[in-house]
Amino acid sequence: MAAKKIHAIYTDDDLLLQAVNQTRAAKYHISEIFTPFPVHGLDHALGLAPTRLAITSFLYGLCGLTVAVLMMNYMMIQDWPQNIGGKPSFTFYQNMPTFIPIMFELTVFFAGHLMVITFYMRSKLWPFRKAENPDPRTTDAHFLMEVDVDNHDVETLSKFLYDTGASEISLIENEQDH
Amino acid sequence: MSSHYEAPIREPLVLGEKSYQDISADVAAPVLGKANKSWWIVFTIALIAFLWGLGCIIYTVSTGIGVWGLNKTVGWAWDITNFVWWVGIGHAGTLISAVLLLFRQKWRMAVNRSAEAMTIFAVVQAGLFPIIHMGRPWLAYWVLPIPNQFGSLWVNFNSPLLWDVFAISTYLSISLVFWWTGLLPDFAMIRDKTKSPFQKKIYGILSFGWSGRVKDWQRFEEVSLVLAGLATPLVLSVHTIVSFDFATSVVPGWHSTIYPPYFVAGAIFSGFAMVQTLLIIMRKVSNLENYITIVHIEYMNKVILLTGGIVTVAYATEYFVMWYSGVPYEDYTYLSYGAATGPYWWAFWALIICNFVVPMTLWVKKLRRNIIWTFIVALVINIGMWFERFNIIVVNITKDRLTSSWTMFQPTFVDIGTFVGTIGFFFVLFLLYARTFPVIAQAEVKTILKSSGEKFKNLRAKHGNDVSHVRALDGGPVVEKPVASQNVVSDKAKVDSLLSTIGTFNPDVEEQDDLKLINGVGPVMEQKLHQIGIFTFDQVSRMTDREYDLLDEIVSEFPGRAKRDDWAGQALILKNNK
Repeated sequence: MAAKKIHAIYTDDDLLLQAVNQTRAAKYHISEIFTPFPVHGLDHALGLAPTRLAITSFLYGLCGLTVAVLMMNYMMIQDWPQNIGGKPSFTFYQNMPTFIPIMFELTVFFAGHLMVITFYMRSKLWPFRKAENPDPRTTDAHFLMEVDVDNHDVETLSKFLYDTGASEISLIENEQDH
Repeated sequence: MSSHYEAPIREPLVLGEKSYQDISADVAAPVLGKANKSWWIVFTIALIAFLWGLGCIIYTVSTGIGVWGLNKTVGWAWDITNFVWWVGIGHAGTLISAVLLLFRQKWRMAVNRSAEAMTIFAVVQAGLFPIIHMGRPWLAYWVLPIPNQFGSLWVNFNSPLLWDVFAISTYLSISLVFWWTGLLPDFAMIRDKTKSPFQKKIYGILSFGWSGRVKDWQRFEEVSLVLAGLATPLVLSVHTIVSFDFATSVVPGWHSTIYPPYFVAGAIFSGFAMVQTLLIIMRKVSNLENYITIVHIEYMNKVILLTGGIVTVAYATEYFVMWYSGVPYEDYTYLSYGAATGPYWWAFWALIICNFVVPMTLWVKKLRRNIIWTFIVALVINIGMWFERFNIIVVNITKDRLTSSWTMFQPTFVDIGTFVGTIGFFFVLFLLYARTFPVIAQAEVKTILKSSGEKFKNLRAKHGNDVSHVRALDGGPVVEKPVASQNVVSDKAKVDSLLSTIGTFNPDVEEQDDLKLINGVGPVMEQKLHQIGIFTFDQVSRMTDREYDLLDEIVSEFPGRAKRDDWAGQALILKNNK
């Protein structure tokens, strides 16, 4: 892949957003952006596809509901039906009203935890993982835009990025990427 | 940019001339600095209380529940009172972070982190009580539906007590991941800011390698939103289920259909009171008055006023229904004429005064914005809500259906010690948290800085809503367009020659200085210096006549300025004073 990259650092989110729009309009390829906080509208400006995590959460929730229903049906109706305070225990349907709280809790439990685990896996976040932001200031107040050099002229590209308001520009060569 | 517009009538949520750097620095300061004497004093007291409570727990477990003040009529007393009290306190955190996120309330961002921490620590205390009350806590796993040697005899899914097990463990674990996910970018900020290798390592592990990629942020925001959507009904379900512990029984005073909404409102009421208690102290100790402002305190007071009002209406309803039912047993329940004049009259009136009379003073705006009064009211509500649970549990069951079994409840030193111990444990956890965690969600606060920061509100008031917010961050004059120098790149050879003698800046090991402190360097000049690659006083201090001339050739706007003002000499002094 593109071995040469240019790291352009911006000190303001509005400036970054404007620079992203200009860079994309000039047909340069932005490979990554590191920001200290979620910049509103940046994913849209970059043309990122919306995340599907909410959908996975819904599916995980359905799994949780299924687990709850199967578990309580097996334990309370099939395996060992008991007369508890006269509550009907012959069919799942009759006993179900008292099962609703746990059906709800397990739905939430599965939907929440599995979604977060999916998020951590997809974004490669776990203990002992090394951070990959190229400049430590990008978690504080600086915004770093990584642009592929490809077959563009480095001088022209740097000048273009200066004109978009970048306060620092550096050329990264032959980075062993992942 | 007009997208940062917020109605000027809204008071700023971030006070002072704050930039993004300032927010990181202010939030990281308590973590990177050293603990002061008062922290150690309070921590020691909390630790002693915790150890005393631990001793009482060990005594209870090794001797038996008989060491508590329970008797044949009152089989539940302080333990369940404390359990419900702590669970209730644990409701504000998720309410602030989840419900207020769904409502897009910006003020939540300064307080959500600490409120969630408080939630988790409070639920930990709550969870202790049912486990101790089991008598044999090493068999606590029997509440889980796992196959066993009894045949298998399953747990009873018809029982609200089991619903509680599921509700509270779901609540605790979901709150924990919600909290931790929000913490990742802030841990990363501390990881990249600290100079100590040990802290770098620890916060590197805690931050899970957070890098702040744009896709990560997109997922982060989605996950926060969905978790908020899940946690909102969850937080309502937890205290609803706690109220079912009582409401599904046949004890007069307990079997009341208004318990679920009334318990939830009461939980939020007490939770916000505890948040106020903790944050009023923390904003002072950790110098966060610019982030947790009087506006935040007033907003929380309004929530207290609303939920306190709901609780009061519930009290009135209970009192009326007990009287209207005409059932003699109901005349001794916790909200009745019998309770108000009976042997527990003091507990009844403590409830009315602490939860109804005193909080109603918050209708007065002056009192609502008075920090000392807010603190007193918050403490009073904490006490009042403890009495509410005490009354519901103890007063209701001391007067049984059989007059022959009527009795009183007398706590022993073990009851009291265990309760004090959980307060100690809670504060031990919270104090450790305040020293080691970023106590404000700084990444989120940065997103509202331009819309709700005092500086930007003043900027818009002065220059109109369409003013550029870009340059204002550097503290310089507002210019319409970012200044981008045309001639910098073309002079690459000169730049290299300049940097070859004064040295280049390595952001990994060095920190950039505020070059504007040099007399003669303004924001525009600073940006030009940055573009050349000059960031530190150290670099400037190495400049001689040759570098001054090169600089004048590269940046033609200010000829001779650097030499005239002796930037190198100034920078040397600034460098040494750093």
